[in-house]
Amino acid sequence: MTFAATLKNTLAKDQRLEWRSKDAINSMLFFALLVVVIFSFSFDLSPEESRLIAGALVWVALLFAAVVALNQTWARELRNSVLDAYRIAPAPLESLFLAKTIGNFIFVGVLELVIAPLFVVFYNLRSIGPVYDLVIASVLGNWALVVNGTFFGAISIRTRSREVLLPLLLFPISIPALLAAVNATTNTLTGEGSVYLPLVFLAVYDVVFTTIGLFLFETVLQAE
Amino acid sequence: MKSKFAVFALITFGLLTWGLYAAMIGAPTEATMGPVQRIFYYHVPCAWVMLLCFPANFLASVAYLAKRNPLFDAFAVSTAEVGVVFCTIVLIQGPIWAKPVWGIWWTWDARLTSTLVLWLIYVSYLILRKFSTGGPNPVLSASLAIFGCVDAAFVWGAIRWFRTQHPQPVFGSGPNSGIDPRMLHAFFINLAAFTCLGILLVWLRFMLEQARQKVEEAHAMKALASPAKVAR
Amino acid sequence: MNSSSNSGSIVSLREVSKLYGRFAALRTVTAEFSAGKLYLILGENGAGKSTLLRVIAGLIHPTRGEVTVLGASELRTVASLFGYMAHAPMLYEELSGMENLLYFAKLYGISDAAKCEQAIRTVGLDPKLTRRVGQYSQGMRQRMSLARAILNDPKLLLLDEPFSNVDVISARDMARLLGEMRDAGRTIFLVTHQPALLEQIADESVWMSAGQIVAREQGVSAEAIASGVTPVQRGHSQ
Repeated sequence: MTFAATLKNTLAKDQRLEWRSKDAINSMLFFALLVVVIFSFSFDLSPEESRLIAGALVWVALLFAAVVALNQTWARELRNSVLDAYRIAPAPLESLFLAKTIGNFIFVGVLELVIAPLFVVFYNLRSIGPVYDLVIASVLGNWALVVNGTFFGAISIRTRSREVLLPLLLFPISIPALLAAVNATTNTLTGEGSVYLPLVFLAVYDVVFTTIGLFLFETVLQAE
Repeated sequence: MKSKFAVFALITFGLLTWGLYAAMIGAPTEATMGPVQRIFYYHVPCAWVMLLCFPANFLASVAYLAKRNPLFDAFAVSTAEVGVVFCTIVLIQGPIWAKPVWGIWWTWDARLTSTLVLWLIYVSYLILRKFSTGGPNPVLSASLAIFGCVDAAFVWGAIRWFRTQHPQPVFGSGPNSGIDPRMLHAFFINLAAFTCLGILLVWLRFMLEQARQKVEEAHAMKALASPAKVAR
Repeated sequence: MNSSSNSGSIVSLREVSKLYGRFAALRTVTAEFSAGKLYLILGENGAGKSTLLRVIAGLIHPTRGEVTVLGASELRTVASLFGYMAHAPMLYEELSGMENLLYFAKLYGISDAAKCEQAIRTVGLDPKLTRRVGQYSQGMRQRMSLARAILNDPKLLLLDEPFSNVDVISARDMARLLGEMRDAGRTIFLVTHQPALLEQIADESVWMSAGQIVAREQGVSAEAIASGVTPVQRGHSQ
């Protein structure tokens, strides 16, 4: 049960669970669609305006959709006390954290693949900057959300109103990442301003918080 | 211990009174902004206290995780609560000053925005403590505090680099540009006074928390000694 | 390494207390348990039986005192040597029994599917069953949970009410299996409200009340089975 083996194993198990009962992913996708539609109704924008604002809208929509996803991946471990089975096994707990984060990353990535094209359609978006910059921004921003979301999900296990507490803890801490992601996306769409700076910022943010999360996960999981 | 506290409280009260006099009467009215500028003598010291409290909370949290001494947790919650109070005060003072001077209630400048985000982070810390099952969980709180403090660095950077539309409004012409010495005097008195007030409040809260811990300890000893009613 | 039962205890508790705020689930429990025996943990609801097992399993940290299991006080270091089962099955509802076991086996470093199949067969279930655990009967679920607990050939088995809501036949089969495992040298701790099932098998009854161990006696007394009353209440001295 090396770190890598456990990671692969847990990730495979989570993916199998995720895609087998498609209820979760289906309702999530529909939720993402609803969020996009509601935002599109609320903001009636010209093409120049949409390029300025769409970045922010996409990330806010993703933030809300991600929270719903994050909550339910931990809920699965708590049903039937499966988490206890993991805690008594000799496998390293950090690999559980990383496996859950990667699993959430994939899940939220799928949501991104739904939300982003919908925004393009509803706002007739055309990016002035290169699309690969948008892809990098969405990858780095996605990881920033899920790495902290997974950690705070573990924290909220030992709280009342678990599902409310996760976004409550996640949103303030995610503000810098959100700002950077929106900045990168908007600058790419409008073709103005530095894209390099926010992307580097996001990368550093991701590395720092992944490290802290790995470091503190066992402490937090065994806390009572 | 109590007598030291009383003495310190008296000193603090004295400094605050002196500071009040200096700020309201001793210092002249500022030329451009008028009387509302006097908020400056409170606004900056409050922000200063807040910026002392939050790193203290970080250190206490790290210390707790390392040593698991409940006193570190007591210090952590004290600094967090006092920090949030002063942070709230700063956030309320900001608009009060901004409206007469700039004509707007709020501005998304770096200072106010960072203060708001810090406020959000530490309020979420307090909420976590309140919502933990079985009472405040020091390990979870300490972990969140570490995240929060590291995040504060990123907050500063993000606001500085990614929200460039809102330049800093300056307080008067800045405290160091040929300022009247009576203003500086008032400023430093209040700075000292509020630092003492901050320390006093943290001290007070710490003693409260210690007392609460002792009460819980006493209940625990009682529960261990005699069969308790089954609490299901 | 603990091999024979007279070279020391397999589980040792020293002044172990567990406090939840003002409620003491365990109160200064000091006890030694030797290897190779089947211990029944009995007592009324809220006596601390489940808490005791969870403390031994390392799922709960004692507020005070020390727990030594299999010679180690850092329980994660001996994680591969014990198994734990609770009244929640600790299995994923959406996976089949075999899929569940294959996953948990890998957490113990076991990649041999044959071991999983064997564990499933040992508890009297069919490894080829593709039905999801969510569709099992309670008896099947508990059996599969037991299979999960014995996957790693544990020296120490901690079972918390394994027979609850289980049909009589499954329960009897499981009891017999536990006896065989004890005969093979394993140590078993079993919390149950149905001591009759293990009348012939249990080595020792450990009675708990209000967070303490109040009595220990050989085997299972008939009166206990009949009335469900602790020896203290019957007027035994400790």
